[in-house]
Amino acid sequence: MSLPHGWEMVVGLEVHTELQTATKMFCGCANAFGAVPNTSVCPVCLGLPGALPVLNERAIDLAMAIGMALHSTISPSTFHRKNYFYPDMPKDFQISQYDLPINAGGYLDLPDSTRVTIERAHLEEDTGKSTHLGGSGRIHGADRSLVDYNRSGVPLVEIVSGPDIRSSTQARLYASELRAILVATGASDGRMEEGSMRIDANVSVRHADEPFGTRCEIKNLNSLRSLQRAIDYEALRQVELLEGGGRVRQETRHWDENLGATSTMRTKEEAEDYRYFREPDLVDLAPDIAWQDRVRAGLPPMPAERRATLSARLVGANDAQLDALEVVIDLGLDPFVHHAIDAGVDPGLALARGANELAAGLEDIARLNRDAFSATLLMEQRGELSSTQAKTVLGELLAHGGEPGTVAAAKGFEQLSADTLGTTVAELLAQFPSEWERYRDGDEKLAQFFIGQVMRITNGQANGKAVVAELRARR
Amino acid sequence: MKSAARIAREVQSGETTATAELEASFAAISRRNGELNVFLHVDQEGARDQAAHIDARVARGEPVGALAGVPIAIKDNLCQIGVPTTCSSKILEGWRPPYNATVIDRLALAGAVCVGKTNLDEFAMGSSTENSAFGPTRNPLDPSRVPGGSSGGSAAAVAADMTPIALGSDTGGSIRQPAALCGIVGVKPTYGLVSRYGLIAFASSLDQVGPLAKTVLDSALLLEAIAGHDPRDSTSLPEPSPSLVAHVEDGVAGLRVALVHELVEGADPEVLEAVERATAALADAGATVVQLSIPEIRLALSAYYLIAPAEASSNLARFDGVRYGLRVDAKNVTAMMEATRTAGFGAEVKRRIMLGTYALSAGYYDAYYGQALKVRTHMIDAFARAYREADLLIGATTPSVAFAFGEKTTNPMAMYLSDVFTIPTNLAGEAAVSVPFGTGEGGLPIGVQLLGPGRSEARLLAAARVLEIADGRP
Repeated sequence: MSLPHGWEMVVGLEVHTELQTATKMFCGCANAFGAVPNTSVCPVCLGLPGALPVLNERAIDLAMAIGMALHSTISPSTFHRKNYFYPDMPKDFQISQYDLPINAGGYLDLPDSTRVTIERAHLEEDTGKSTHLGGSGRIHGADRSLVDYNRSGVPLVEIVSGPDIRSSTQARLYASELRAILVATGASDGRMEEGSMRIDANVSVRHADEPFGTRCEIKNLNSLRSLQRAIDYEALRQVELLEGGGRVRQETRHWDENLGATSTMRTKEEAEDYRYFREPDLVDLAPDIAWQDRVRAGLPPMPAERRATLSARLVGANDAQLDALEVVIDLGLDPFVHHAIDAGVDPGLALARGANELAAGLEDIARLNRDAFSATLLMEQRGELSSTQAKTVLGELLAHGGEPGTVAAAKGFEQLSADTLGTTVAELLAQFPSEWERYRDGDEKLAQFFIGQVMRITNGQANGKAVVAELRARR
Repeated sequence: MKSAARIAREVQSGETTATAELEASFAAISRRNGELNVFLHVDQEGARDQAAHIDARVARGEPVGALAGVPIAIKDNLCQIGVPTTCSSKILEGWRPPYNATVIDRLALAGAVCVGKTNLDEFAMGSSTENSAFGPTRNPLDPSRVPGGSSGGSAAAVAADMTPIALGSDTGGSIRQPAALCGIVGVKPTYGLVSRYGLIAFASSLDQVGPLAKTVLDSALLLEAIAGHDPRDSTSLPEPSPSLVAHVEDGVAGLRVALVHELVEGADPEVLEAVERATAALADAGATVVQLSIPEIRLALSAYYLIAPAEASSNLARFDGVRYGLRVDAKNVTAMMEATRTAGFGAEVKRRIMLGTYALSAGYYDAYYGQALKVRTHMIDAFARAYREADLLIGATTPSVAFAFGEKTTNPMAMYLSDVFTIPTNLAGEAAVSVPFGTGEGGLPIGVQLLGPGRSEARLLAAARVLEIADGRP
């Protein structure tokens, strides 16, 4: 979408990401998505009277890793309390960072080579999760509300960008690149649908080169699609308001996915006074150089670098392959692809199997080692497995692990001997004389027909290329 | 009543049993608790089990701790599994913690027997226990007077011979002031020496758990048992518990003691006179005495009444009716929180929540809370300078002996001023002891306060022991 002529949108994003620590930020409770409500809780994350927070060092590792990937300065920092009353926040304050965040400054280069500045990336704790039942379904006006505190105290990093984004497409690109970075650092699983990454968007509009306009903040965008749609809607709303002689009020807005519209949540005047002050139950956080170096040494290559490395091996890639490359980079599957190419697999085949079969089996990826992936693809390339069989073998390896050869044998995917194939083909030619006639006259499409027949008879155990070779030999 | 040191020795040697000592404690409680309102809850069953456990260990010849079989009273702002913990507030009435404060675990390890929970000013906010939602505690030495506060119940338990020792908490003087008014010893340890895990927070940067006892030796025994690093409290000092009992008889020879003008300024003449006699007693025991002025002390009260309420306004936010304690139903969740807090908190707690909320508000933060933090830094620097010239400071604990009920309740400032000499130590995060020394009006005890830098507890207790002897309690 583009705005009416002469208008430009200015967007800054605040991305909250849950950190993939084994335990919560200030206690030993498991950081587990989807557990039975209120089972992963203790006096600390329930905010019981007298309980005290103790900082999880792993959360600091991951926060620093994010900062390093975003070229931030790791700084001595402090924790503050952000005070407001809300039933899913057990202490009625949130432990966050305020004037001294752990990561200050930085930038992120988008694949379109735009540089977006990063203002800060700070640590804070997540709240519990409310479910409002009956009535309006919102907190005021529901018949009753249930609160699950399993999420309470889960570590978060909030990454605040500068107002450097100029379109909703670019906002989406930023969010997607940031997600890939978060996945690469191991800080996040990047699953927006599970709420492990949530985005607030600050949107304003202006005539190009004029000072920034008044901004509105759209809260809790839970998918890249919502992000893009909400920004477009909001920017257009502001332009229409201004062109009609109105003024944009600074406010927080809610995005309704079904209506496809934003609406006022609270105005600036209604904004809470959070009464930030230093959290007296925690000490200052100042990771020393040795600690920082340890984290830096463990950082894997970031998506931009990995994208460049992989695309260098895919010379002349078509659009579909470029999309596949993005999928592979975003999901961190490129090491598999590289391994297969190194083993002699055709780069296009390696990329396709990575972006499709591996991406689909991402949850089980830990069961598949790179050697098994490469070996399967080599079998396919050598014609020992049909592509259908190769996909089945990969699926089996992801689901249960094992060795490709063994899996293929167990599935009965052993290649037909040349004799058996020859006999089968000969029988078919006798059975379908007119089709054979047309093929001999040069109608290559009929090769597919014969392949299909062979597959039917052999329960898919034949190799398509071998069938074609048989046909050609008899033509 | 026997001292804690003696009970532990006799339990260890088999001369007495934990059960017998506990029953003696129960008997003393039943004699006077109705009159004095010291205990909000006596944990008969739990304490008897604990005593029987100690006795069984002794019978089997197994080792028992330094407080074996010693009955102890616990201020009701410390969490103990399954035992009602109220902070003397209606908002927590009936709440039973599912976990122990670290100090409770350490007491169990030392073999002490927790007898019950003592009265306090609601959420430890006050200096007389008159702010308790469950009625005031009376001073055992003169039931027409207050026992001080906020650890008034714990001080009264010891003064009334219900238990030889008790745990209190001290945010601005809440151990030392009641100790002074009840004629016993009270220690405010260095910030971080004793774990705050399980202490229901009033002002987190100022709160410390500490001992109340009849004797200096018992204070040392108790403090040694509860002190030392706790990984569950991030502000806990890294060191293990210091050696205190071994140093109680070290004396003060060669120490430099400074009588601080601002720590007696405005005190009743009889209190000033007691402090001067105590200073002379330390000189007699070999200390060098100097006079010092620390003008920053005059700013302490104002800074404290911004910092402590600010932290309290945040710490007490969680009492909202959602998860535990009182809930007053209303038409929606916001209204429920309001109704719950309106009904559950007393006037003084509300006053401080409002003060603290105001001090932290946008537009006022710099002028109030921010300014108070600067004063606190000055206070720390001023004490550091003083400790270059002296090893210990001496002054009064309170301006007067125990006052009558109602005397200060109509004027919050008058009540706040009773902590004017104790608050500076909390702001500086340092250590201080109140020890009885002489008597004043109506024969009521006077407390003399000894102050030292961080981790100077051994030195402070040795000096307190010198005063104890000089005051006729060898």
